[in-house]
Amino acid sequence: MALVEVDKTPATADAPEQRRMMLHMGPSHPAMHGIVQIDVELDGETITNVQVEIGYLHRCFEKMSETVVWNNVFPYTDRLNYVSPLINNVGYAMAVEKLLGIETTERCQWIRMLVSEVSRITDHLTCVGASAMELGSLTVFLAFVEAREALWECVEELTGARLTISYVRVGGVKGDLPPGFAGRLRAAMKIVREKMALGDKLLTRNRIFVDRMETGPTDRAFCHRWGINGPWGRSAGLDYDVRRDFPYLRYEDVDFDVPIGTRGDNYDRYLVRMEEMRQSMRIIEQCLEKMPAGELNVDFEGKVIKASDMRDLGNAGLTAGLVMDYSVAADPTLNGAGKDIVWTVRVGDREVSLPPKEEVYGSIEGLINHFKLVMSGHGIRPPAGEAYHAVEGGNGELGFYVVSTGEDRPWRVRVRPPCFVIMSALHEILRGLMIADIVPTFGAVNMIGGELDR
Amino acid sequence: MPNTTALPSVERLLPQVRELLGPKVLASHCHRGDETILVAPGEIVSVLAALRDDKGLDFDTLMDLCAVDHLPRRPRFEVVYHLVSLAKRQRLRVKVPVEEKSPSVPTVSGLWPGADWFEREAWDMYGIVFEGHPDLRRLLMYEQFEGHPLRRDYPVNRRQPLIGPRN
Amino acid sequence: MGVLNAFTSKTDALIGWGRKYSLFNYPFVTACCGMEFMALAGAHYDLDRFGAAFPRFTPRQSDLLMVVGTVSHKIAPVLRRIYEQMTEPKWVVAFGVCTCTGGFYDNYATVQGIDTIVPVDVYIPGCPPRPEMVLDGIMKLQEKIQQEKAGLLVRRTEVLPELPVPYTNRPDFARAIAENAPRRPGAEGGR
Repeated sequence: MALVEVDKTPATADAPEQRRMMLHMGPSHPAMHGIVQIDVELDGETITNVQVEIGYLHRCFEKMSETVVWNNVFPYTDRLNYVSPLINNVGYAMAVEKLLGIETTERCQWIRMLVSEVSRITDHLTCVGASAMELGSLTVFLAFVEAREALWECVEELTGARLTISYVRVGGVKGDLPPGFAGRLRAAMKIVREKMALGDKLLTRNRIFVDRMETGPTDRAFCHRWGINGPWGRSAGLDYDVRRDFPYLRYEDVDFDVPIGTRGDNYDRYLVRMEEMRQSMRIIEQCLEKMPAGELNVDFEGKVIKASDMRDLGNAGLTAGLVMDYSVAADPTLNGAGKDIVWTVRVGDREVSLPPKEEVYGSIEGLINHFKLVMSGHGIRPPAGEAYHAVEGGNGELGFYVVSTGEDRPWRVRVRPPCFVIMSALHEILRGLMIADIVPTFGAVNMIGGELDR
Repeated sequence: MPNTTALPSVERLLPQVRELLGPKVLASHCHRGDETILVAPGEIVSVLAALRDDKGLDFDTLMDLCAVDHLPRRPRFEVVYHLVSLAKRQRLRVKVPVEEKSPSVPTVSGLWPGADWFEREAWDMYGIVFEGHPDLRRLLMYEQFEGHPLRRDYPVNRRQPLIGPRN
Repeated sequence: MGVLNAFTSKTDALIGWGRKYSLFNYPFVTACCGMEFMALAGAHYDLDRFGAAFPRFTPRQSDLLMVVGTVSHKIAPVLRRIYEQMTEPKWVVAFGVCTCTGGFYDNYATVQGIDTIVPVDVYIPGCPPRPEMVLDGIMKLQEKIQQEKAGLLVRRTEVLPELPVPYTNRPDFARAIAENAPRRPGAEGGR
């Protein structure tokens, strides 16, 4: 394929020189969040040819996964789609669990579903906000970042980190929800709703925004052919959502709608994403209601004292009666929280889950169990075989294909990155558009470098 | 409450697939509910076309294409295709064994254009040639890079910097 | 001489004061840290309070290069070129542990610290660093700028060795541009 065809006939007064212009957009371009290079060939302002060059953020996720033990892959999965890290965590964990043939506890499944949906909202908020900013609407970006901040504070309270959370473990999650989490998450969702209403008001009927977004149409057959799904596919009428079509976790037990677009242009993608955020909030509400065992497992009443308070008192020398009179409770979000909490969010299989610290420090069996799981050459050993598990990521089907040879580290971890597929079709989508349409179209791809280049 | 993680290993599709493809299926198994067939490299295009066009199976989407390196084992490589039927909501995995010596598989980008970049990536990472591919170039690495980094015998930290020290 | 010394130290202080509160940054955003950079630029943490907020999306108009996120060997020449395009005086902030040392990506694709490519003034580790850490890093940079003894016309940074080859990952494209779109004299190589 010759990218460059130049008409070399000399210019005359009647026929000015016809020369196609070539332009590199990227790798570091103001209108591109993320590093990707789009080489365009222009005839005037119309795009006649496109080549997309990726790989600038190749960080060897797949190679690194082969060098670490099964549980240590989680930090790398955080950094795949770093806008919705919790979904990646869940996807990888479920693929490994499928290989192991274990089923997680019910509460764990509800928590995983809850955090996945929180992540989906942050993903869509970032995508819509950043695209709006690139089209000149900085206010929406600031509002959506603020909404995302509210959700991240909840995520931080739960997982200990804002972005790279490593919250999920094979066979469970790190810890239980903190006390009062439901109320704070509802408050955060209230902020999200307010900011979304603001964004809606500023964008949805804004003439400039609509005119620029009614570009880059794709139809259902195109998405089907290229394997595009997720919000992009749904906007074009491809009615496929992994949560509904291959239900995992507890998605069968909650009500939600899958929004479908009709025209498949950028404006539809924007509307689909906005609606998906509302549906995610609906799912979160149902999770909070339907989750078993209440929202709080420990109470700090009576003779129970927080571990941190006990330490502080001990440091201050106020030890009189401290050990005798009180029993200690750690925060339920922590790894070492009590037995009753840990076994509700982690599967009881002792070849998979780290035992609670109470057992590790309290019994020789627990200590040996812990060592067997963390020592080099031991650890989790899924039986030899392979498994593919897909979850609905922020951009479409996020599949993990894991291959085990029965050792303590993966033989192969493969990610099916959803935005990779859209990027592979981008040259077809962009051809024939105007150069200014690259910005909204590329924004609607929601390209995430970590996921695209891995 | 059934859960996808604990699916029974029941063959739902494989009888139908075997009937359709006959002797082209070299082997088949169902592990953890993932139904898998193994076919020869020469047959892959006709097999995938048959699976796509069969009305009963209707595997209309190529969800993923990747390669695996089983280094000491022979044949060394495997190319893995994950098919999905959107309408029938079912999945199938097709695997192709590839020999280490001159590894090559016919391209399926004629069936699904989406296979284009997947195949480029597999070439980049494993050095598997996809015969008939319109534009088989490196995708993630740069042209000056030598070797295929995801092969098991490529050391994880052998860097080939374009500028700067070789640390 | 004493009078002159007093004069230059006063002008240095004045110039430093002016420079440290008018940092125009060029965000070279590659990866996860970009999300925290967004949070930082947003209203909640508000980098604007430190006079370092306004992103200039061209290196020629900026004096603070913020390298945000992992730098791979494929992007390394681009980073270097952007650094060279910036006008003096210029400073570089390594945002996130990947830019400081490569982080936990000790592998074939990742640059093990951007200081092997461009000189770095402030390192902000963290994966990603919290916005508070970045604000602290910016304040450290401002202190550093304030104390600099650079006069008006003094070139601050050392000159880096030339890039070994004109870098492009699309040689056919670059050739076509060179043949068909001749540049003005002295503007070869994107400089």
